[in-house]
Amino acid sequence: MLGWELPPDNSGGLGVACYHLCRHLADQGVAIDFVMPYPVRPDHAPQFMRVHTVHTSSAPILGAYSQWSEQLREHQNAYLQKVEQLVAQQNYDVIHAHDWLTFEAGMRAKKLTGLPFVAHVHSTEYDRAGGQAGSPLAHEIEQTALLMADRVVAVSNATKSQLVQRYDVPESHIDVVYGASEAELLKSTTPDTTTYTYLRTMQQRGYKVVVSLGRLTVQKGLTYLLEAAALALRQNPKLLFLVVGDGEQRDELIARSAELGIARNIIFTGFLRGKAWRDAYVIGDLFIMSSVSEPYGLTALEAANTGNAILLTKQSGVSEVLRHSLQFDFWDTCTLADYIVNVAAHDSLRFELAANALNQARTVRWESAAQKLQAIYHIAKAAV
Amino acid sequence: MSRTICLYLHVHQPYRLRPFSVFDAGTHTDYWLDPANNANNEQIIHKVAQKSYRPTNTLLLELLERHPEFHFSLSITGTLLEQLEAWAPDVLESFKKLAATGRVEFLAETYYHSLAFFYAPQEFERQVALHTKKIQELFGQTPKVFRNTELAYNNDLAAWAEKAGYTGIITEGWEPILGWRSPNFVYRPVHTQAMSVLLKNYKLSDDIAFRFSDRTWAEWPLTAEKYAHWLNALPADESLVNLFMDYETFGEHQWDDHGIFDFLRHLPDEVLRQRSNSFATLSHAIAANKPVGTIDAPDVITWADTERDLTAWTGNAMQRDALQQVYELEKAILATNDPHLTEDWRRLQTSDHFYYMCTKWFNDGDVHAYFSPYQSPYDAFIYFCNALRDLRLRLQEHNGSSAQ
Repeated sequence: MLGWELPPDNSGGLGVACYHLCRHLADQGVAIDFVMPYPVRPDHAPQFMRVHTVHTSSAPILGAYSQWSEQLREHQNAYLQKVEQLVAQQNYDVIHAHDWLTFEAGMRAKKLTGLPFVAHVHSTEYDRAGGQAGSPLAHEIEQTALLMADRVVAVSNATKSQLVQRYDVPESHIDVVYGASEAELLKSTTPDTTTYTYLRTMQQRGYKVVVSLGRLTVQKGLTYLLEAAALALRQNPKLLFLVVGDGEQRDELIARSAELGIARNIIFTGFLRGKAWRDAYVIGDLFIMSSVSEPYGLTALEAANTGNAILLTKQSGVSEVLRHSLQFDFWDTCTLADYIVNVAAHDSLRFELAANALNQARTVRWESAAQKLQAIYHIAKAAV
Repeated sequence: MSRTICLYLHVHQPYRLRPFSVFDAGTHTDYWLDPANNANNEQIIHKVAQKSYRPTNTLLLELLERHPEFHFSLSITGTLLEQLEAWAPDVLESFKKLAATGRVEFLAETYYHSLAFFYAPQEFERQVALHTKKIQELFGQTPKVFRNTELAYNNDLAAWAEKAGYTGIITEGWEPILGWRSPNFVYRPVHTQAMSVLLKNYKLSDDIAFRFSDRTWAEWPLTAEKYAHWLNALPADESLVNLFMDYETFGEHQWDDHGIFDFLRHLPDEVLRQRSNSFATLSHAIAANKPVGTIDAPDVITWADTERDLTAWTGNAMQRDALQQVYELEKAILATNDPHLTEDWRRLQTSDHFYYMCTKWFNDGDVHAYFSPYQSPYDAFIYFCNALRDLRLRLQEHNGSSAQ
């Protein structure tokens, strides 16, 4: 298994997905050698698989979604050499690679061994570049790997159709495997939200808390969220927006909320981990995923699992799974504002959305995702 | 023994709300005008008229002309009659022609196809009176038999209907109220003196209304001949078969391509082939058959779903919230004496609005069971609340200006 990150040193959903898929594959009796560029922290080293690392530095220098750079290329080359060594020393059944960062290594392993190669797409270069073409190199690597792969795994039907339309991958080569969020992972989440004493107090005064969580980047559509917030606040001033995350758009978003005259209702927390991160879900009355493009969107499932009413863009893959949600086009700020105002105004609506989304989120299991992967390995082997 | 077939068709279209935003509240009052979307009432009337109302009425009239023994019953909601007046007057004329034969009985119900009986009893009576007036004006009949919205029925309703002067009432022939007994008799509602209740034979009705086009059904394809054979095979003493269904079964729910009109065209022939069979209106059936027992329905039953209850309209928190919001305005709205406010408020009571908010079928895989013009039940609730928000603003405005 070729990955680029694992929790807690992950920059997004890729590391989380790899971790849970491997955990369940291992539970189901699959032996995994997991290759990643940096060591896992000793207290977080997974016991269920062998982790091979390329570099010795203890902290990751680059996240999975980093821009292309010379330095990144060096890391990728070193990663590739490590994989060459591994496949020379050991016998494997399948090469399973995640996203473009590891695809070159996956292709090389296939060339050297003739093993079936499964390319797993969590996001494409189009997604990461917010709908633009992005880095030509990354795109070329994706293109070659996707056509060379024996099977392709996409995180949603939305991603699948992108692969068909933009990368000419035959539809029959692609399987969709949805990611999950499991309640037990959020177990340490108790309603004790001392982290957000201020928000609790305001809730007691009749305010509703709207949570958004993700990198502050164009792809996440946060400027639209701010426009919608301004519209909604005109109808109902008792709304607070908790914006969790960090990114290159941070200063711009802070300035924009001041321009819109809603700065006092928008709270930027920066990047959060651990308790403060989990409590952000718990304190929320409603959760918004405003992404312009989102291959899947695990955070929405996590928010559903902690009892939020969910508002999603139709452009997010997770909207295929969480049907019990309010769904809008990312640019449609009026509809989003309408949704926010009504969810805040009607307990009945919030209750039904949250209860039904929770039930739906519970039916999506990493365990079944891992089973599906095993079936895909089987088909890939037969295809070689 | 002779056997009477009572065919009863319910004809209804609601005024669907257009996607009404919170930002429309206070600025627009065009709740019922959707120029573009799925809730375009005028377009829906044109479509259903073409697929169902015109061909079915033409055929029904033909059958009445060809078979002097052919009788049936209809109920048409006020919300549909208004829309036919506006957008398909020829269809309204064809219903008048049916009425003019003297062999088609029109039933009473609420003008707005509402659940008012359970939430606002006086408003319920007003809506029934409005409907009766409309039926008298258009069809020259005074209804004698009552049907409540979705055939929602309980003992209280039967008692009300008797007091209001009806000779009969209809509901679902559902086992919990029948026990071991057959629906193919006339019964008397408990605590009534002279009322009759007619019960839908849901097996035989749904064979036509739901299963007709279902190729996985063991009896597919269903012919009039086969169907008449089933009717004739019933125990000889069962004197009555009540076939109650949505009128839109013909052409809209079941398509011409699948043979539904051929089926209807041949049904009277095949049924009347057996000399002891006859067709009757509900009033005739009530007059000709003595009740053989009593029906006790303390809880509400309906003709809907496998549960036969009101949960599709009142089962979740949004639906109960919406119902409460609309009915709590009763006094304030009526006090205005404003016909526009009153009409909009009443159109918002149509049960379809609450049905669109039903979440129980809204899951993966069974999207088609969610029969609604909206993206989701949550959107249905939001548009409804936004329209009510506007209605309350208009109410305030009205009261503000009249106080000055």
